Amino acid sequence: MTIEHAVQIFAFIILTLMTLGGGLAVVTSRNLFHAALFLVLSLAGAMGYYVLLDAGFLAIVQLLIYIGAISVLILFAIMLTRGLMMSGQVQRNEQWWIAALVVFLIFVVLVVTLWQTTWPIAEAEALRTPNVAIAQLGAALVGPYAIPFEVISLLLLVALVGAIVLAREEGNQPAQADAETGE
Amino acid sequence: MAIPLPWWLTVAAALFAIGLYGVLSRRNAIGVLLGIELMLNAANINLVAFWRHITPQALTGQVFAIFVIGIAAAEAAAGLAIIISAYRRRRTVVVDELDTMRW
Amino acid sequence: MEALINWLVTTFPPLSEGLARFIVYVLYSAVLAFVAPVIIVVGYTYMERKVLARIQDRIGPNRAGPLGLFQGLADAIKMLTKEDVTPVCADRVVFNLAPILATMAAILVFAVLPVAPGVIGADLQAGILYVVAVGALGEVAALMAGWSSRNKFALLGAFRAVAQLIAYEIPIVLAILVVVMAAGSMQMSVIVAAQDVPFGLVLPVAFLIFLVASIAEIGRSPFDLIEAESEIVAGFHTEYSGMKFAFFFIGEYMHLFASAGIATTLFLGGWRGPFAGPDSWFGVLLGFIYFVIKTTAVIWVMMWVRGTLFRIRIDHLLDFAWKFLVPLGLILVVTVAVALKLPVIGASSSRWVALLAANLAAALLMMLSVSVLARRSRSAALREVAGVE
Repeated sequence: MTIEHAVQIFAFIILTLMTLGGGLAVVTSRNLFHAALFLVLSLAGAMGYYVLLDAGFLAIVQLLIYIGAISVLILFAIMLTRGLMMSGQVQRNEQWWIAALVVFLIFVVLVVTLWQTTWPIAEAEALRTPNVAIAQLGAALVGPYAIPFEVISLLLLVALVGAIVLAREEGNQPAQADAETGE
Repeated sequence: MAIPLPWWLTVAAALFAIGLYGVLSRRNAIGVLLGIELMLNAANINLVAFWRHITPQALTGQVFAIFVIGIAAAEAAAGLAIIISAYRRRRTVVVDELDTMRW
Repeated sequence: MEALINWLVTTFPPLSEGLARFIVYVLYSAVLAFVAPVIIVVGYTYMERKVLARIQDRIGPNRAGPLGLFQGLADAIKMLTKEDVTPVCADRVVFNLAPILATMAAILVFAVLPVAPGVIGADLQAGILYVVAVGALGEVAALMAGWSSRNKFALLGAFRAVAQLIAYEIPIVLAILVVVMAAGSMQMSVIVAAQDVPFGLVLPVAFLIFLVASIAEIGRSPFDLIEAESEIVAGFHTEYSGMKFAFFFIGEYMHLFASAGIATTLFLGGWRGPFAGPDSWFGVLLGFIYFVIKTTAVIWVMMWVRGTLFRIRIDHLLDFAWKFLVPLGLILVVTVAVALKLPVIGASSSRWVALLAANLAAALLMMLSVSVLARRSRSAALREVAGVE
């Protein structure tokens, strides 16, 4: 095992602790603000995964959009719908035990299935040289994937306008929380 | 690649399961949204892991993942706007209490 | 960096190349994370107080040490010995984490600054996008600080701060987009290498947009509504004192240096200058000196702006971003894109002339439309006040 392999495995373990630990804290935390901050931790762990998987551009996009915009949006919404009260009340509804059971069963089924499938892994030569050129990514977005690109810009525009209209106070100027970056 | 594909998929499945638990068991509407974000991230990790191990020469995996992030942004914005506007009307964001279609 | 790694490998035989590379990069990161912040804060706070004092027709600090040079040290001692007050019902963990995150977001930018030929922490393929992404991390820190203080005014200050940060992110991205189009890549070292003519001369409007939006992103005057004492106590860092407040302060100066460093790299040619190149030790050192001089010049301009202009109100500030800078940036992107696609006639320098013309045309178009619209709204308001004539 080379040093590089060891570093990668070490990083994978730490990132898994961050992502899964953060995820568990998100769904079980009593304080909603803390839950949102743990979501940021989990998203940062996912960002580390993308770096490990040689998808550097995607990692930066995740940081920019998920942590920089969506998390801020969620934090704003939490602040606007709770006031300054920090309720320590339980955040689970009365079906939580059956939800846990069902979720565990789904997880078991998924894991058993995926460990028993033989995946068509690419050749060693191809595995060593992934296509990470950003210029090619850009060319792909306006070439073969131009239609999804246009559709998603339309979707973002519609979501932006819809969010502003939905959250607008009656007759007054729209609340500050709708400043979506829309990038 | 030091870490074989099934491990990546297991981690993504675990994250998906955790997110699903959040969606099913949270009382607060924003808590449900947090669970949905976790599930979307799990799907993204799956996509990128598959891209890296099965077709590393193609670009489809990364492009797909970028689009998923864009869609997550749009859905978070619209969902939070709905939650805020529901809060203004009914003064509550507990999902159990948002149970009438008109008021 | 490569030369240093090779030198290490040849002089210490038991060192493998991987280990030498690791040692060099770890040393560089340690210098950036521990040494650079101290030097920057001490040096630039002193410079700021002297510059502001001269603009305001006074002398500035001249008591602590010769010419007041130890003023930074005196400030540090004061901050360290202040009582660390935490409000009783504040959220402890989040309260303590917020200043750390704010400073971290600023220092992370240092990793992609090309401070000397061949010396860069991480030459990412999407280097400049990384800078924008890390800037977005500071918003989470502001929200954390405002919410965990359990103080209504801190919360309002945090809202305003995040609204300002989000609003000015877009003009920065548009200005960076113009530079990326002109340089052909997002990699920092490629951008520096593409500047035979500094982009600040060729794309002046983009430079101005970037400077103004950076000053707003940092939160300095004239955009310092979020932390000015006469406005909302001290914004989201109202409840912080002692070392934690010092961290926000340090974070602001780190952000200042980082933004000025990015402006230097994108618009002033980075480390380029006569005799600076990756060939010899002297060339590398000279490149570093040029970088520091250019960055200090940009910081001096920012301090000059601080000492000259008055504070801008929050709604004017947001209007300026959304209704002026964003349309200007979009028009600029379109005109520069068109200008870059025009066929090159004559010498290759005609490209630069075309870009300059595109910039000036965009600026002219914007000024004309703003003046026409302003006159129309002014006359409408006058007619309303004076009655229908």
